[in-house]
Amino acid sequence: MSAQLFDCRDAWADALAEVARGDERVMVVVNDSVGSSKLGPFVAEFPNRSVNVGIAEQSMVGVAAGLANAGKIPFVSAAGCFLSARAMEQIKVDAAYSEHNIKLIAQSPGVAYGDLGPTHHSIEDLTWMRTIPGLTVLAPSDPEETRQVIRWAADHEGPTYIRVSRMGVPAVYPEGYRFAPGKAVALREGDDATVIATGTTTARALEAADLLAAEGIRVRVLSMPSVKPLDEEAVLLAAQQTRGIVTVEEGLVTGLGGAVAECVVEQHPVPMRRLGFRDEFAITGSAEWLLDRIGASPEGIAAAVREILELPETH
Amino acid sequence: MSEHFGLKHQIATTLLDEPDREIRVMGRVPADAGDADAVKHLELAATEVRRRAIQTVGSAKAGHLGGEFSITDALVTLYLEVMNISPEAVERRDPERDRLVLSKGHAANALYTALAVGGYIHPGALRTFLQPESMLNGHPARNKITAVEANTGPLGHGLPIAVGMAIAARVDGSTRRTFCLLGDGELQEGSNWEAFMTGGHHRLERLTALVDRNRLQQGAKVEDTNDLEPLHDKLTAFGWEVREVDGNDIAELRQALSPVGSGKPVAVIAHTDKGYPVSYMRDNVSWHHKVPTHEQVEQALSELDAILARLTEEEK
Repeated sequence: MSAQLFDCRDAWADALAEVARGDERVMVVVNDSVGSSKLGPFVAEFPNRSVNVGIAEQSMVGVAAGLANAGKIPFVSAAGCFLSARAMEQIKVDAAYSEHNIKLIAQSPGVAYGDLGPTHHSIEDLTWMRTIPGLTVLAPSDPEETRQVIRWAADHEGPTYIRVSRMGVPAVYPEGYRFAPGKAVALREGDDATVIATGTTTARALEAADLLAAEGIRVRVLSMPSVKPLDEEAVLLAAQQTRGIVTVEEGLVTGLGGAVAECVVEQHPVPMRRLGFRDEFAITGSAEWLLDRIGASPEGIAAAVREILELPETH
Repeated sequence: MSEHFGLKHQIATTLLDEPDREIRVMGRVPADAGDADAVKHLELAATEVRRRAIQTVGSAKAGHLGGEFSITDALVTLYLEVMNISPEAVERRDPERDRLVLSKGHAANALYTALAVGGYIHPGALRTFLQPESMLNGHPARNKITAVEANTGPLGHGLPIAVGMAIAARVDGSTRRTFCLLGDGELQEGSNWEAFMTGGHHRLERLTALVDRNRLQQGAKVEDTNDLEPLHDKLTAFGWEVREVDGNDIAELRQALSPVGSGKPVAVIAHTDKGYPVSYMRDNVSWHHKVPTHEQVEQALSELDAILARLTEEEK
């Protein structure tokens, strides 16, 4: 894990331009957020393949469906809060139910717009999106994974929702990492407990593992870029081989945490702790401060692991 | 075999194999037909559609006849003449085919029946309307019927999709046209106005939005619910060329739906009557999704048969 922090939007914009150069079907549909989506260079290079519908998110997703009807591969880019909430029915009907080949790029989701307040937070999106049939839901953790996810999405036929954060994150994957949908990545091995993280919280889970290692506690850290499809096999192995599972995410605990809990409770119940927002709107503050506040700091994650290890063994 | 009839899944073969006596598959207006013959062909087709559609609702015990009858003339005019399309072109997903989005998706039964009369789906499939496992849902699904271009039902979705289709045509350097049929009550959904703005901004001249101005929504008059007027001025202000016609007059519809070159998208305000032309249904708000009794079906059929007889008489 490098100390340098990256803005994954740079990786998104680079990867999109790269796939667009190789495939003339690739287009972008955007809601005035050209700058905040870092799409200025793309629009300059591909003016005819850029559609800016203005501040009109519902129509934006519908326009993408019309483009997909003609065989285009539209990447729809907008702030996660507006894309997910404002265009929810269009995502359900025009993208997912219609089986349209649309890529929905949720920019700066979670609490990335921390100080803009709850109206601009998108803590519900992983929960909402994972309940829509047929929609693939991805949250890459670092710039290299963001690049690979965008390339994969361009090749993959089907509706896909991807979180891309502006929050600074370090590179978390080893050299040669290859993203695969529906696959968790074991970034640390360990049999005491498992921490499952996605997106911007993965680096925090790794720091927690380091803190715990200093105490002799060996946690398995699973990065779960696919919230849907979930790597149920990896979750089950974690349930069988370790004492319990901590999930951590930048959003409501019903997103990744809900998905993992459903899998665990149906197939192999073990103690769990889910770190994320509960039944509240996040207050205002920086993204980092808000994540710390909900226990998604390295110290908070480590504490949740210790809680599980203090429980009587169940198997 | 169902693929050959534009249906993406197998349906009960007995339904498909049984000869269908209830509908006359008419196909497209012959290319060399004169205006009078073309109008006659389309009027006959529209009457066929209405005859079958009311029987379908009568037996399925559900449907939206009022708003289906108001756009039947537009549907047959588009599918049987105006659109550059054929069952073969649809079947092979010809990229150059014209597109139609039925934004008022609750009029699905009229769409299915018009597609059957036009030869795009097997008429036998109409008997499966709303049945379990049927491809003929209460709202049209592109996943199930090849000739359906967009999944619609929730209002306010169609025009944005049509705008995207028209932009794609422009990107492709194609002259293909895109049509969208909207309800007037539907215009209360704000997403339409987002799309009207975009269509006007991009001067999508091969995009035509036809507004079914039947003045009634589900429970009341549009004007008593959330007033649309002055609709003509609003659409003009959004950068569209606006044409107003009698939407139950096929000769006028043919004119209004003909190609243009004004550099603007075209909005056709089609003044129609909900339930047209059935006497007890016409302009009557209760017929949004009411199911006719057996006697009402019979009465409508006899009124429609009188129209058929007149058209056929004129033919001689």
